Amino acid sequence: MVQLRLPKNSRMTTGKTWPKPEGATNVRKFQIYRWNPDEGDNPRVDTYFVDLDDCGPMVLDALIYIKNKIDPTLTFRRSCREGICGSCAMNIDGINTLACIYGMDEVKGDVKIYPLPHMPVVKDLIPDLTHFYAQHASIMPWLETKTNRPAKEWKQSIEDREKLDGLYECVMCASCSTACPSYWWNGDKYLGPAALLHAYRWIIDSRDEATGERLDDLEDPFKLYRCHTIMNCTKTCPKGLNPAKAIAEIKKMMVERAV
Amino acid sequence: MADVNRGERPLSPHLQVYRPQMTSISSILTRITGNALIVGVFLVVWWLLAAATGPEYFATADAVVTSWFGDIVLTLSLWAVWYHYLAGLRHLLFDAGRGLEIETAEKLGWACIGGSVVLTIITLLII
Repeated sequence: MVQLRLPKNSRMTTGKTWPKPEGATNVRKFQIYRWNPDEGDNPRVDTYFVDLDDCGPMVLDALIYIKNKIDPTLTFRRSCREGICGSCAMNIDGINTLACIYGMDEVKGDVKIYPLPHMPVVKDLIPDLTHFYAQHASIMPWLETKTNRPAKEWKQSIEDREKLDGLYECVMCASCSTACPSYWWNGDKYLGPAALLHAYRWIIDSRDEATGERLDDLEDPFKLYRCHTIMNCTKTCPKGLNPAKAIAEIKKMMVERAV
Repeated sequence: MADVNRGERPLSPHLQVYRPQMTSISSILTRITGNALIVGVFLVVWWLLAAATGPEYFATADAVVTSWFGDIVLTLSLWAVWYHYLAGLRHLLFDAGRGLEIETAEKLGWACIGGSVVLTIITLLII
């Protein structure tokens, strides 16, 4: 359901302003969403100052700087620091992206950081992705075959393999789905761009033998057709993929098999 | 689907923090113009019904429809018709799997906004 305002317990208050690093001449202001489940207060937005002369260029570098040198309680996910694990997805400067591959120089003015939008918050910048992962699992993200297993391997032509380019690179960071207004309002039933991109990745895999079942499963007013081509997904994807196009291709296949 | 235990967890901000995108604005405008046109249609239907009812009643309705207020509503409705029409064409293209690269989609969005304004002005000049 469309609910424009945040629920009462989710409305943000102005938080603490942490002291500037001593002796720093080149500082950048950060405004970061904080929420601690142990305190029972509403979320707040804290202000930090990062010494750019003592910090790497990426937003993740700044978060690590803050955690190491200013406030060890700041909580966020991160792992690979090179855009391949998808852990550090968050809302930076009004769009969803990976903190590790988003440069501070890409942001004008203060750097504002929030968790991925319209998700239950576990703590600070960590959203609960349980439902998101369950939706991914529901599209059967594996090769489904019926014929006998070949002696060596399931072969695929070079042309057929190329159809998976732009799809297999998805790291499931959830930036796209949590950028989608349709997913905000109907995320309980609408699968969202990430899960649908994965669905398409298996639908067009020449080796997969469950195309019909996969399409049957998506033939649903909510799962697929809540996509209204708003395209926030494609615009925000930190890997430069195009979920909107993948979804459009699924819709096309639905029409093609019906006529 | 997994049973998400939201507990007392807050919902992270969405519309409050997400930067408006060209594509999202042109999308919501399609809905807004579509719904607003229902109101515009009510006004026109009321005008026609008044014409069918009798000269006195029509005089009242006609005064409202041709007043400055009626002019504003009908001009905005005219723009809404053009915008909704152009956005509909854009969606037709999207549904054919075309124009879905961000650059093209944004250009098409601007074309809908610019085109609807130009077409509204042309229509106003003609009628």
